[in-house]
Amino acid sequence: MEDRTQKKSEMNPLPLSNWHAHRNAIRDGLISCLITAVLLIPLTGIYSVQDGGGLALKYRIWELILSIICVFIGRFSLSLAESGHQKLSICGGLVLFLAGALWSGSHGIIGVLGILGGVLIVIRSLWSSQSGNFTGSLECIKKLFQNTNKQWSPHLSLIMVLIAVIFPFLPLTDRWILDLSILVMTYILLGWGLNIVVGLAGLLDLGYVAFYAVGAYSFALLAYYYQLGFWICLPLGALLAALFGILLGFPVLRLRGDYLAIVTLGFGEMIRIILINWVSLTQGPNGISGIPRPTFFGLEFKRRAAEGAETFHQYFDLPYRPIDRVIFLFYITLGLVLLAHFFIKRIRNLPIGRAWEALREDEVACRSLGLNPTNIKLSAFALGAMFGGVAGTLFAARQGFISPESFTFIESAIILAVVVLGGMGSQAGVALAAVLLIGLPEWFRELEQYRMLCFGALMVIVMTWKPKGLLSRRVPSVTLENIERTRTGG
Amino acid sequence: MEYFLQQLINGITLGAIYGLIAIGYTMVYGIIGMINFAHGEIFMISTFITLISFLILGPMGGGIVAVLIIVLIITMALTAVYGWALERIAYRPLRGSHRLAALISAIGMSIFLQNFVQLSQGARVKALPPVVTTNFKILENENFVVTLSLMQVVIILTTVFLMSLFWVIIKYSALGRAQRACEQDRVMAALLGVNVDRTISITFVMGAALAAVAGVMVTLYYGVIDFFIGFLAGIKAFTAAVLGGIGSLPGAMLGGLLIGLIEAFWSAYATVEYKDVAAFSVLVLVLIFRPTGLLGRPDTEKV
Repeated sequence: MEDRTQKKSEMNPLPLSNWHAHRNAIRDGLISCLITAVLLIPLTGIYSVQDGGGLALKYRIWELILSIICVFIGRFSLSLAESGHQKLSICGGLVLFLAGALWSGSHGIIGVLGILGGVLIVIRSLWSSQSGNFTGSLECIKKLFQNTNKQWSPHLSLIMVLIAVIFPFLPLTDRWILDLSILVMTYILLGWGLNIVVGLAGLLDLGYVAFYAVGAYSFALLAYYYQLGFWICLPLGALLAALFGILLGFPVLRLRGDYLAIVTLGFGEMIRIILINWVSLTQGPNGISGIPRPTFFGLEFKRRAAEGAETFHQYFDLPYRPIDRVIFLFYITLGLVLLAHFFIKRIRNLPIGRAWEALREDEVACRSLGLNPTNIKLSAFALGAMFGGVAGTLFAARQGFISPESFTFIESAIILAVVVLGGMGSQAGVALAAVLLIGLPEWFRELEQYRMLCFGALMVIVMTWKPKGLLSRRVPSVTLENIERTRTGG
Repeated sequence: MEYFLQQLINGITLGAIYGLIAIGYTMVYGIIGMINFAHGEIFMISTFITLISFLILGPMGGGIVAVLIIVLIITMALTAVYGWALERIAYRPLRGSHRLAALISAIGMSIFLQNFVQLSQGARVKALPPVVTTNFKILENENFVVTLSLMQVVIILTTVFLMSLFWVIIKYSALGRAQRACEQDRVMAALLGVNVDRTISITFVMGAALAAVAGVMVTLYYGVIDFFIGFLAGIKAFTAAVLGGIGSLPGAMLGGLLIGLIEAFWSAYATVEYKDVAAFSVLVLVLIFRPTGLLGRPDTEKV
């Protein structure tokens, strides 16, 4: 990333003469116009609808023309901003912004894109007009951030935990936000679990959702057939998932890199297909409903207790509030997340944790030092799977209903995105990415239909912007102090 | 026996389609070492372009053969532009960074394209009535007729033709040499005057064009498409590429054929629901005993 920005700033040391810059900008604009037109005409400009017996064609001519104009203005001003003509490019950005604002009423998404593009272009041209260049200012901010981070990080984590603990009682917190934060924490658990496999041990697992499904379904099935409760199923689910990890891992862990990726992907899909088709056990696509909620030492969070039992509010003589159940689940999840954090932090310093990272860096060297790669990989796989199982049990307890729908490949991709976007190997980064990727899109529920579109675009943009992840920290947990590391990443 | 023959024909047809898509995976993997996860979506986009261009050109008249050839050319060209744009936007900025970064970017692109098509073309399944309906009866007994449709013949012949064409290109042309050079050592190839960026772009364009051929065939042969078909087709094709040995062109074809046959026979003699499970199980078994696929070169471990 650093190399690239450096190269860019070297490439345009002098502002080009006006004529050249304008000509180049117009050329760039026209080329991107043409490409946009070619890309959009067959898929957006023309579309087919079911009409009686056959298919009929419909056209979106205006939207097409508007978006092509937007692309032209955008690319034109961006070219100018890059060659240092900020006045004209700011004008272009403003025009784009205004156009977007104007069209946002009639042509929703094009307008929003226009507004966003305009703002970005103005920012870009303002940056390049500053005396220090773009990279310089970014470095400055980075350093500042790192310094404060170093000073404050022990306090910061404590403050964060405290905020999390009092979170349910903050005035702005309602049921929806609590529910969302439980979901985000579930993804943090999943992210940390996958982080052991991908980030620490360096094994690319594209079927992590399988373990999530095992956790969720073991709870649901045990509750359905044997009337077991949450607290028994939580360790059982974790155990079963870990067992599954070992079972799946054993035959495939000697594969390398992408072969492992495709096989794990296959396993993930297989488990989903089996869940759908084994109707007599799992009720197939209909899913399992009525999964029991967690109890507080046997006290339920219902309005009325079953016969011969008491509910939580009766026992403590409190008025009944439906939100109590959510708050309780919030604390369970928070406790598990903190436990998981502590666990992973400690295990990274144990011989097994060090062996994972050593294996990631160099498998051959590991083997020649007498470590057994298969066992190390298996332990990483099993532990990662265990966290997946815990998260799955929590998910089932939160939803009260599960079906194979929830365990598609997209879910694996999202978890992997959380890990990689957060910066592999970084605990805080994974948590941050989970908030960003899971929490933020939920916030825009109204834009339901554009949600996944934006999600995909966000993944591409963040990755191209910061390929190492938001908080990248791929340094081994343990190093010899005085030896300078020559190899990082790879 | 007759039933077996029929399934064989169906399996080979399916396998040819998987093989065509698999080549895109295998070429890209060979040259930049990444799984182009959005390749399945490129295939899906090509089916939609086929549908649209067929709906425009169909009523204009002219012989059905001419229309189909024009549709094929249009689809290949437009899909190739998509392949090019995909590489330019999502992969080129990430060249030289960690492998997983490119993979995530590819998955993001795949989600984006899927939803893009869903939003602009609608989420409902589109059905195109069969265009080519000629059937040949090759075997007949009292209760079962083995048929070979003209479409199946066209699919198999086109695939064989394109495979040999691409094999010749890669083996003998300057472009193919450049591609193989980039595959071995990108820096060295650049030093010797190979335009690496352009070579990689062309690889994506070629892969997309082949996927477009597969897209045209699927649209005309099965006639049912929706925005989600790219995912499963992509996974199957990638499985085929891995099964045959990733990076190897004949391997992709062989893998595609095997996956197609397994699916056809499993659906015929066992259960339709578990045909994907069967395909993946064979993959796992093959990889356990031959970890680099059927025709892949064993990779040496360097210290």
